[in-house]
Amino acid sequence: MADALAVPVTTGRADRRRRLWRRFRRRPMPMAGLVLVAGFLLLALLGPLLTGDPSAQDYTATLAPPSGAHPLGTDDLGRDALARIAHGAQVSLQAGVLSTLLAMVIGIPIGLVAGFYRRWLDPVVMRLVDVTLAFPFLVFAVGLAAIIGPSLKGVVLALGFSQLPAVIRITRGEVLAIREMDYVAAAIADGATDRHILLRYVLPNCSSPLIVQATVAIPAAIIGESTLSFLGLGVQPPTPSWGVMLTTAQQYLDVAPWLAIWPGLMIALATLGFNLLGDGLRDVLDPRSGR
Amino acid sequence: MILEIDNLVKHYGQVRAVDGLSLSIGQGEVLGLVGESGSGKSTVGKCVLRLTEPTSGGIRLDGRDITHLSRRAMRPLRRDVHMVFQDPYSSLNPRFTIEQIVGEPLLHHGIASRREAGGRVAAMLEQVGLRPEMRSRFPHELSGGQRQRVGLARALILEPKLVVADEPVSALDVSVQASVLNLITDLQREMGFSCLFITHDLSVVEFLADRVAVMYLGKIVESGPTAQIFAEPRHPYTQALLSAAPVADPVRQRERRRIVLGGDVPSPVDPPAGCRFHTRCPLAYDACRTSEPALTDPRTSGHPVACHLVTADHVPDAAVNR
Ligand SMILES: Nc1ncnc2c1ncn2[C@@H]1O[C@H](COP(=O)(O)OP(=O)(O)OP(=O)(O)O)[C@@H](O)[C@H]1O
Ligand code: SF4
Ligand SMILES: [Mg+2]
Repeated sequence: MADALAVPVTTGRADRRRRLWRRFRRRPMPMAGLVLVAGFLLLALLGPLLTGDPSAQDYTATLAPPSGAHPLGTDDLGRDALARIAHGAQVSLQAGVLSTLLAMVIGIPIGLVAGFYRRWLDPVVMRLVDVTLAFPFLVFAVGLAAIIGPSLKGVVLALGFSQLPAVIRITRGEVLAIREMDYVAAAIADGATDRHILLRYVLPNCSSPLIVQATVAIPAAIIGESTLSFLGLGVQPPTPSWGVMLTTAQQYLDVAPWLAIWPGLMIALATLGFNLLGDGLRDVLDPRSGR
Repeated sequence: MILEIDNLVKHYGQVRAVDGLSLSIGQGEVLGLVGESGSGKSTVGKCVLRLTEPTSGGIRLDGRDITHLSRRAMRPLRRDVHMVFQDPYSSLNPRFTIEQIVGEPLLHHGIASRREAGGRVAAMLEQVGLRPEMRSRFPHELSGGQRQRVGLARALILEPKLVVADEPVSALDVSVQASVLNLITDLQREMGFSCLFITHDLSVVEFLADRVAVMYLGKIVESGPTAQIFAEPRHPYTQALLSAAPVADPVRQRERRRIVLGGDVPSPVDPPAGCRFHTRCPLAYDACRTSEPALTDPRTSGHPVACHLVTADHVPDAAVNR
């Protein structure tokens, strides 16, 4: 007994974070994902400072292949592809990450509460979700652009709201299953408040499919941004984004294939990075996945 | 009385899971609640823990009526009652360490600071026979028997007055059932909590329970002191259950006659009229199909039976009169 009382508590928050990081660090693939994602964030933050004006036109070199002056070549208007990739990272990553974040921040609490208070709230929330789903996305985006003007903000809002129903559905579905588990009954018997049960029992146990959803949604939103911008609802020319670059490059695929390769590669690598990071996060958060 | 259940009814839509059940448990008493699968045992346990709201009837915990208390009003009373669940796999949060799981009740009742909690948890784990290094493990790293010990530690750490144990060993390997059962017996004697011990296997409660109540289709058909129930079962259903249970004594095992019940348990959606057991009772006669026998004790007080054939001077024998 005396020994037992001297045992320190091992499960403080800082300890937990340190343990998670240790588990994460040991895995090569998630670390690769983290490096990729961190690299893209750096590119978005520092790239524009290190490269030239993405709108400057070099009339002597339009659709030029990679060279010393333009390491990644130029586009149809003679603008430097490297500068545009670097500046475009800001728009694309914001469109991808912020819209997904927005959908998660709003959707997860709604899904949690709807699933947990099934009897009172669920019918209302699900009716709203159905209505949202039935509402055409582009009509919504056009309306939004009409109100706040075509901009990145509009893109993030439109893409975020378009993801909302999926996030709410996934969360709610998981909650409906988890609330029937005996460990939730045990938590009630422990004397836990609903808030504690939702945050410490239900949410952690439905995190896996949500992380998967996020890793799928981020690249989809990066592409989605290009659709909106192409239709004139998003960022306005000459502001670059990877999606816009990819869309324009299609016309010159025969004469200047590199114009499609660079933004395509960026989107592919970002997709890979977020996927690996997501997988790693899911594993690390789930104690059952081994140490 | 620590627990008094009065004419409890719990219907899930059409399903009459519990249909007018009364029982009580005194200070430090262990009551074995026995019945086949689907008879409504777990539902009784869930009502007592107020994990579900009874349809009607009354439940008093240590004298306080908790039948329709709100979640919020119920919370402080949860110091006095906890539960051990049947499934050792789904009853522990997979994302918590053992220490977190066992420490949760302390946290919610503001009993101990984080530092003190560590000591309380370690002491409790020791009491249920788990080594200190188990504290930082996760449930999936433990065996079924160890998990059930964790569930027991969580249920007992606040030293509740009443513990509902819902088939705590039936999901475990036969080889570890006895050790967990012995642990519960020892802890009950040490700590003196009252216990509603739910089981489908009568033999499990023979040495643990002070009294036994036998349940069939949402109702109690017989209850009494454990020794009396085992020595002189009066209800044909109890006799059938006992004849199916293994007996330690080989002489008794050879001598006794097996009563095989025909058919399945009828649906609790539409229980049989008259005596609910009449569709399977080897002794059933006309009256059984129309009139429902009351739970009374014409012979010995404290040993009520619900069967038309039990009278002051007659006890039926389901093994003989076919
Ligand atoms: N949440 C629920 N919704 C609907 N019906 C339920 C619910 N819980 C239990 N039932 C039904 O109520 C009846 C009694 O169930 P209960 O779990 O109390 O029986 P039990 O005696 O514990 O059986 P077992 O030995 O299988 O655990 C069963 O017919 C069951 O299907
Ligand atoms: S009342 Fe009739 S059917 Fe019911 S147990 Fe007694 S003899 Fe059997
Ligand atoms: Mg049960």
